Amino acid sequence: MIKKKTSIELKKLNKRFGNITAVNDVSLEILENDFFTILGPSGCGKSTILRLIAGLEAQDSGTIIINDEDCSSVLANERPVNMVFQSYALFPHLSVRDNIEFGLKLKKISGDEIKIRVEEILELVKMVGYDLKLPSELSGGQRQRVALARAIVNKPQIVLLDEPLSALDANLRMEMQQELVNIQRNLKMTFMLVTHDQDEALSISSKIAIMENGKIIETNTATNMYEYPSKKFSAEFLGRINIIEGVSSVIDNQIVFNSDTFGKINLERNIKLPKDGVLGIRPEKIIIETEINKQKNRVSMNGIITNWTYYGDMSYITIELVNETKVYINVQNIHRNSLQELNIGKNLYASFDVNDLIILEK
Amino acid sequence: MSYGQKVDIIDIDYSWGLANYVRAIDGVYLVTLFKSVVISIITTALCLLIAIPVAFYISFSSTKIKSILLVSILLPLWTNLLIRTYSLIAILRTKGHVNNTLESLWESANHVLNFFRLASYNFIGESFIPLSLMHNNFSVILGLCYIYVPFVIIPIYLVLEKIDRNMLEAAYDLGANHKIVFFKIIIPNISVGITSGIILVFIPCLGSFIIPELLGGADSQMIGNIIERQFKSANDWPFGSALSFILIYITIIILGVRYVYSKLYSRLYPGNIS
Amino acid sequence: MSARMRHFTPINYTKNSALKLITLVFLIILYLPIINLIVFSFNDSKRNIVWRGFTSKYYEKLFENEMLFVAFSNSITIAIISTIISTFLGLTTAIALWKFNFYLKKYYDIALLFPIIIPEICMGISMLVFFSYISWPNFQLWPLSLSSIIIAHVSFIFPFVAIIIRARLSMLNSEILEAGQDLGANRYQVVRKIIVPFVNPALVASFLLAFTLSLDDFVVTFFTSGPNSVTLPVKIYSMVRFGVSPEINAISTLLILIIIICTYFAIKFLSKSNRELMK
Repeated sequence: MIKKKTSIELKKLNKRFGNITAVNDVSLEILENDFFTILGPSGCGKSTILRLIAGLEAQDSGTIIINDEDCSSVLANERPVNMVFQSYALFPHLSVRDNIEFGLKLKKISGDEIKIRVEEILELVKMVGYDLKLPSELSGGQRQRVALARAIVNKPQIVLLDEPLSALDANLRMEMQQELVNIQRNLKMTFMLVTHDQDEALSISSKIAIMENGKIIETNTATNMYEYPSKKFSAEFLGRINIIEGVSSVIDNQIVFNSDTFGKINLERNIKLPKDGVLGIRPEKIIIETEINKQKNRVSMNGIITNWTYYGDMSYITIELVNETKVYINVQNIHRNSLQELNIGKNLYASFDVNDLIILEK
Repeated sequence: MSYGQKVDIIDIDYSWGLANYVRAIDGVYLVTLFKSVVISIITTALCLLIAIPVAFYISFSSTKIKSILLVSILLPLWTNLLIRTYSLIAILRTKGHVNNTLESLWESANHVLNFFRLASYNFIGESFIPLSLMHNNFSVILGLCYIYVPFVIIPIYLVLEKIDRNMLEAAYDLGANHKIVFFKIIIPNISVGITSGIILVFIPCLGSFIIPELLGGADSQMIGNIIERQFKSANDWPFGSALSFILIYITIIILGVRYVYSKLYSRLYPGNIS
Repeated sequence: MSARMRHFTPINYTKNSALKLITLVFLIILYLPIINLIVFSFNDSKRNIVWRGFTSKYYEKLFENEMLFVAFSNSITIAIISTIISTFLGLTTAIALWKFNFYLKKYYDIALLFPIIIPEICMGISMLVFFSYISWPNFQLWPLSLSSIIIAHVSFIFPFVAIIIRARLSMLNSEILEAGQDLGANRYQVVRKIIVPFVNPALVASFLLAFTLSLDDFVVTFFTSGPNSVTLPVKIYSMVRFGVSPEINAISTLLILIIIICTYFAIKFLSKSNRELMK
């Protein structure tokens, strides 16, 4: 496989606002055609990274390399990047067409070319026929499309999206997520998105970086970030997880994890556990059974259902073990009849495969 | 009760003639009216020129500095107009501070020249000639600006506050420089504040009489002075009333234009009127 | 390096030295004459241009000047009476405009703004013409001699009061009155126990504002005052026409001081009123 070209490289970026460190020694590499997402709780500094790349804030130290060129001290209006703002930031006094043309005209592109490109982009974002409307006459979703069109029409090296979907309602957001992915694939552009919504990050990105308190915790592909996270924070932030604490020891060349809650777990793997590492198991990897499961590689436990939340397709169940540990389990509601068995107070067994365990660094 | 005074009783012998209005648009009074309008336009333009940058600076300052600046702009507004005008006289008059400072500058320059034995060449004049900063059109316009600039700063500041800062950033992000952002993004979005400011200055300027009375000379009389004279010395009340009604009509026309403008604006940019 | 980098943050306009300079120069020019006026009221020189040492003799002189004292007490009397009447009228107008929908209400709204918008001189002469038309008697007896000025002041001040109080009232849900009546309050109790306490901060603010406006007014007073009813600004005007003198500086300084104190408290109450509404 040919190695993809680097689109943006951040080296040891730092930014402080007064006493708050918004961006703390961040280094990142974003490849061409990536749909790269920075995921983190609000106030973790993820938007600041975008603003630094766009040149809307000045870093205290560090380097920003865009397309092999050091852009660290290039002015915002001269950087080959464009941004989609959370508030859309459309120019209220300009029509949709004028908004989209704004950047092209400043680049002194010829009138004919502008016309062609605007038509193309209007079609792409499904806004044909709206070109003479003013932003105030558009719905939230339409404004979102115009904001996107206004950025991508300039064919920037990278499109920066700052929580672009957060102002939309749930259904529209799902639809726009899909469209964003389609547009990104069609145009073969590099997108960099910032969000605090885990589902959004998982469903649209090719790569995810998880951020906390100004630091990048972990970077990985979307599936690996969910299935094989290496840090406790990222495992807990992206989806739900049951954390199992304990001490590991090596017995007969195999690692045995002596947990406080589940007893001895033989990991069946010959890998080195990080110091003060913990184990994690995703709720959907656990199944409910009426009897104890004595198969090889399975950990089985006995408990009582203390909570059951019904979501139509899924049930979120909490069972409490004898030692008062709570275990979260997600069950597909495959049969209508089986719902009756999920009564609160019912005693049952739950088991998982040790191969599904995730080893996490604290 | 309070609106009784605005009923059209302007004529003392109640002959409902237009004679006074005809007189008002005749010769010398028309010239004064025209001059008042010109002075008000110049004042308004100068006020805008000063107010926009200052409003800009205030609007983008940090919260703490912003409140200090706002109070310092508002405080003179509450100081008596008469007193503020008087305070300018002390600065501008022939033996005032400006001329005093210039004179001492002249004297020290003369000393320097004396030292180099060059004084006899009279490079800077034989003696100090004070600038006449009072009793002319310059002083009237200066005084009007001095009094009315804060009135323009406030409405422009208020609309600037409402502007989405991301919008400005978006313009830079799309490749605009400061000049383009200012003229293509900011000015169209603060036009409502600018028109409010223009009205808040132009109307009182047109009707002002204290400032031209105290700072102006014989040739810088404004329409307000003529109205005042009709009531206080010439005792031609009907004519004075006619003149002041011309002022009220101009005011109503300006407000009407502004109303139509804001209607058009809100039709052009629905949901965007402030 | 960091200085250069900070420079290119695009919308940090406060770092723009041209803007900074204009603002600074503007503020200096705005305050220089006023500060000069205050400083030279303490100057021990009649010429009033060179500092000759500190003195308070011009302030002492003020208190000996009977004419000034009369003008000052006239101003205060007018301000107090017209403030009380304006506040009451403004409050009732605001309540009426808020609570009731009546014929031509929209035009009444515009009419309310009229005294604020038209040039002051027009307001002044229209009052003058009005009083002469209805042959308002020229009272000799104090304080009746001030009655025409008080009426003139009330008519341009009460719209300010009405607008301020209405802004606050517009935040009050009118169902509250119905709730009050439902709980057994009669019409007057509703006004006294619900509306007035609610608008209280705005009421205090507009009271102080009305006081300042009245005390400060020159143009309207100038046209409605007679020889028996000279107010402080009118007195100052007649003094100013004879040129610059330290006495004027002193009396002006006093007036500025009173007005700043009133305005300070007015703004304080207004911002308190606004802050409460934000909650």
